[in-house]
Amino acid sequence: MNFFRDTGHLFRFAGLFVIAFLVFWAIRGYVVPPTFGRYGHYRAAAINEIAARPLHYAGHAACESCHSDVLDMKKAGKHAGVNCEACHGPLAQHAADPLNVTPVKLDTATLCVRCHSASAARPKTFPQVNIEEHANGVTCETCHQPHSPAIENSASSAGGAK
Amino acid sequence: MNLSRRHILVLLPAAAVAWKSVLAGTPEDSPNYSMSDHWWGMLIDIPKCIGCGNCVRACQQENDVPDGYFRTWVERYHVTDTNMTNPEVISPDGGKEGFPAAKEDAGKYFFVPKLCNHCADSPCTQVCPVGATFVSPDGVVLVDQKYCLGCAYCVQACPYGCRYIHPQKEVADKCTLCYHRITKGLTTACVENCPTGARQLVDLKNPADPIHAFLKTHSVQVLKPQMATGAKVYYNDLDGSVH
Repeated sequence: MNFFRDTGHLFRFAGLFVIAFLVFWAIRGYVVPPTFGRYGHYRAAAINEIAARPLHYAGHAACESCHSDVLDMKKAGKHAGVNCEACHGPLAQHAADPLNVTPVKLDTATLCVRCHSASAARPKTFPQVNIEEHANGVTCETCHQPHSPAIENSASSAGGAK
Repeated sequence: MNLSRRHILVLLPAAAVAWKSVLAGTPEDSPNYSMSDHWWGMLIDIPKCIGCGNCVRACQQENDVPDGYFRTWVERYHVTDTNMTNPEVISPDGGKEGFPAAKEDAGKYFFVPKLCNHCADSPCTQVCPVGATFVSPDGVVLVDQKYCLGCAYCVQACPYGCRYIHPQKEVADKCTLCYHRITKGLTTACVENCPTGARQLVDLKNPADPIHAFLKTHSVQVLKPQMATGAKVYYNDLDGSVH
């Protein structure tokens, strides 16, 4: 047994290494989140957490199921490309519970002006008016039906669909 | 069991790999959404933007962005014909309540909506010391707010100024490209609320997406291409004075 003579200190040292490795492994397993590194140097579970955040805007498709009458009018008019919530605001709660959550009444004096007040900065082809000269204190919806704003449509749209 | 030294050497790494997959758990079920099928970006059509600020308001409401902070904002450029390199840029409250009326003069005006460019080689994710921000497998730059320390390295690293430290949470915050919406088949809040279609969500991995035809037929740029960030927010008809 010449080979194992005077080697006790080496085995103790090796044992120390093994214990240190096991301690490191245990701490690492405890500290590093389980999904860390699945896709890269980050916690993969964060992706699902971010995807689970709550909605505020229901999206245009949600309106279609109940409000198809207004949508048909809108599709025929100049505001066809404007989604409902662009003016009506975030209504995911209304879409989820239409009876108990009702949208607030809108103020055309602020809404229309946001897009249609005259400014040299806006694209020249975009319809815009000098509010004071154009309306002279009269509210927008007196003449324009917001869902189909062109004047020639307003007479027929007042009676329902265009 | 009689294991030779050769067997143990082979089995130990195999056991380590198996143990790692046990720790990682099984991936969550997302039946309708597969990350590997998408590569998200955005198209911004400058000539269509009217500076109404709908996108800024929608973003703040959808994502509970605190007042005075912006995940997206709109800048108005005023370039006089003799001063291309030094345009006048304004963005009052991020353009949230629109812009003051401009008067016709020798210069030209246009609006530039800005947001996170969701860079494929993003500088912000590379500097994070803890792995709290990353490019997701579907190409969206996200922040893991449970992991973020709030050191703000990424805020400094973003060449586009798209990040901020959330004043209450004290962690980095930024545009998620409405990740909670696009994974459910909806579009982003800013695109949903853009009245003129100046913003379009694009999926570069979807061969049917109209972006592919658009990129071929239009003069499209990204911001700061010299930074080689792999930005995926494409601007149509972007003026050379935009910085």
